[in-house]
Amino acid sequence: MNKIGLIIRREYLTRVRKRSFLIMTFLGPILMAAIYIIPIMLALNSSNENMRIAVVDESHWFEDRFQDNKEHTFVILPGQPIDSVKNLVKENIFDMALYVPPTQLNIPSNAIVYSIRQVPMEVETYISRVMQKEIEDQKLMANGVDPEIVSAVKTDVNLSIMRMDEKGNEKETFTKVQFSLGIALAMLVYMFIIFFGGQVMQGVAEEKTNRIIEVIVSSVKPFQLMMGKIIGVSLVALTQFVLWIVLTGALYLGFSAFMGLSNPEMLSSGTVMTQQISNENVMNNESVQSILQIVHSIDFGTIIATFLIFFILGYLLYATLYAAIGSLVDNNTDAQQFTLPVTVPLIVAIISSFYIVNNPDSSLSVWLSMIPFTSPISMMVRIPFGVPIWQIVLSIVLLAGTFVLMTWVAAKIYRTGILMYGKKLSYKEIFKWLKYK
Amino acid sequence: MTKISVNEVTKCYAGHTALDRISIDIPEHCIYGLLGPNGAGKTTLIRILNQITMPDSGQVLINGEPLGQKHVASIGYLPEERGLYKKMKVGEQAIYLAELKGIKKAEAQRRLKQWFDKFEIGGWWDKKVEELSKGMQQKVQFITTVIHEPDILIFDEPFSGFDPINANMLKESILELRDKGATILLSTHNMASVEELCDRITLINKGKSILEGKVSDIKRQHDTHKREIVVRTTTPQAIYALGDTYNNIKVEQTDVEDEMRLTLYSATSNDLIAQLLQNGQLVSYKEVLPSMNDIFIHEVQSQNQAS
Repeated sequence: MNKIGLIIRREYLTRVRKRSFLIMTFLGPILMAAIYIIPIMLALNSSNENMRIAVVDESHWFEDRFQDNKEHTFVILPGQPIDSVKNLVKENIFDMALYVPPTQLNIPSNAIVYSIRQVPMEVETYISRVMQKEIEDQKLMANGVDPEIVSAVKTDVNLSIMRMDEKGNEKETFTKVQFSLGIALAMLVYMFIIFFGGQVMQGVAEEKTNRIIEVIVSSVKPFQLMMGKIIGVSLVALTQFVLWIVLTGALYLGFSAFMGLSNPEMLSSGTVMTQQISNENVMNNESVQSILQIVHSIDFGTIIATFLIFFILGYLLYATLYAAIGSLVDNNTDAQQFTLPVTVPLIVAIISSFYIVNNPDSSLSVWLSMIPFTSPISMMVRIPFGVPIWQIVLSIVLLAGTFVLMTWVAAKIYRTGILMYGKKLSYKEIFKWLKYK
Repeated sequence: MTKISVNEVTKCYAGHTALDRISIDIPEHCIYGLLGPNGAGKTTLIRILNQITMPDSGQVLINGEPLGQKHVASIGYLPEERGLYKKMKVGEQAIYLAELKGIKKAEAQRRLKQWFDKFEIGGWWDKKVEELSKGMQQKVQFITTVIHEPDILIFDEPFSGFDPINANMLKESILELRDKGATILLSTHNMASVEELCDRITLINKGKSILEGKVSDIKRQHDTHKREIVVRTTTPQAIYALGDTYNNIKVEQTDVEDEMRLTLYSATSNDLIAQLLQNGQLVSYKEVLPSMNDIFIHEVQSQNQAS
């Protein structure tokens, strides 16, 4: 085996055998599964305790409007002074007290909820919705409009988006699905780059601080060591990724078998959730048929292929930079000033992805998906919406070219940095290293 | 025959010259001492020999051929700042380092077993490095340096961190390696070990070689004709009086009762001895050659003052 192979093997085996790798491998899918299992579990058996709410309504508008359900029970206490009702809350006879002051039409109502504990979101939303509706109805009536008519004219428009290509083929697209998919892919690339890039940096810094580096570079070229480490860690990342997919699939199938067979609808809604994290609006309203249409609308082949290319190239680009930073580390505080410039483009890319999902074909989005430091993330946001092939190819070429260039730069910094101890480094000094023979 | 030949090698770092047209010839099968104060350029020279850094100008020849990648396997290097992967198992790590030097796994395993037995650390094969004491780590490190049986060995402060027993074991191993044919470059501040081990030395200061040669020759050259005479006497007053009649003789009581020591700087002292014998018994007569320590300090200081 040649030397770089030996280094790759060591980097790979020591990492894969670590306990933290095992933990991450099993925890990852559990967390991912939890993202869609927990909401379903909660929805199925919401065992929320019943909130008892005392209502002191001095406007007398809402007294018969609040309806009890599993989550809350309303008790109307007409004519009671609010102060004594507040005492009842303090004595824990009621969970909270709603106080509505005398209200006149046209004056915005400012009701108050008194509670010892945090008021649950649903209760707050429910109360304000009921009151809002009542006040609106009152206003409509005051203007001579029957609220029945208003609710009768309310309409939902179901807008289908059809993408056409030059040959006139039409294909229905589902923006919400593409939106979720884009963000999820971007997040995945971002997390992998940060996590495994960080591992490369730590690995380099470890070799430097425990001083084995000089022994190693007397046997192999620093460049071989650096590339061996980067490739070794990338194989760890791929291993983890594949294991996650396999385990998530297994967990999902297990869960489906457990939950789904008794409830076919749940099974199909789960399918969508795996692809789009969670988008309740879409799945609750769609039939199994349209879910299949959604699944059919996604070009999984392109997504997986581009994901792998951009993920690997993006990782390689950043890993070389992280390796260079690791070689500069003498103590951990020093590393901060050098990690920041590398992390900034990643953060810019992840923040801008929320803009890109809304404007996937705008010029800013196209630029971000071309600039090599943001493209691994920004391009993945655009991919589910469909990207012209020339843009994908150009972006890949730019990214690969930058990777080669940055490898050259990083190798120069790395070579000098790993043997430099106890010296305060400035960017000016590091720049000089590029010129060393 | 010259094993390693350093020709006019210069290396500059931002702002200072680490090596200034230095030339050193290291003969085959010898232990060659590389001496010099901190910052003299020793580590830079060693790193150039290991091809960790490249010289700005000048060249290094090994067996008359320019230093290149193929020499990596024929050099063993024990750096001053050394370490091992803390979380890796001892045996696994030693095999890895041997493999990086181009030794096949099975062969590495066989040789390591022998060395581990010799250094009495066989039981630690499957332990993690972080569980080892510092001395044991040093032993492992030494073994990994010599495991590929290189004909050139470079040791930078090899004795630091060893207790006297292990240091002695190491010293014997180094001599044994030389006797088997290795050429050894030893960089150290420990002058006692230089005198015990080195055949030749070069002393470098500020990137230049200021003193070169065989240890015995250098000592002879720096001979100040210092002699020490110890006599046993019952009349110390007579000895003091005798001392006063010569220039430049120091007379003092030794730690032993009735014994006097005379220190003088003169190659011939027959008259003095004859007179001493009348006043007491001669215990010892000793030629005191300067220690490498004295020569080191003297040479470096006089060069620093001159510049």
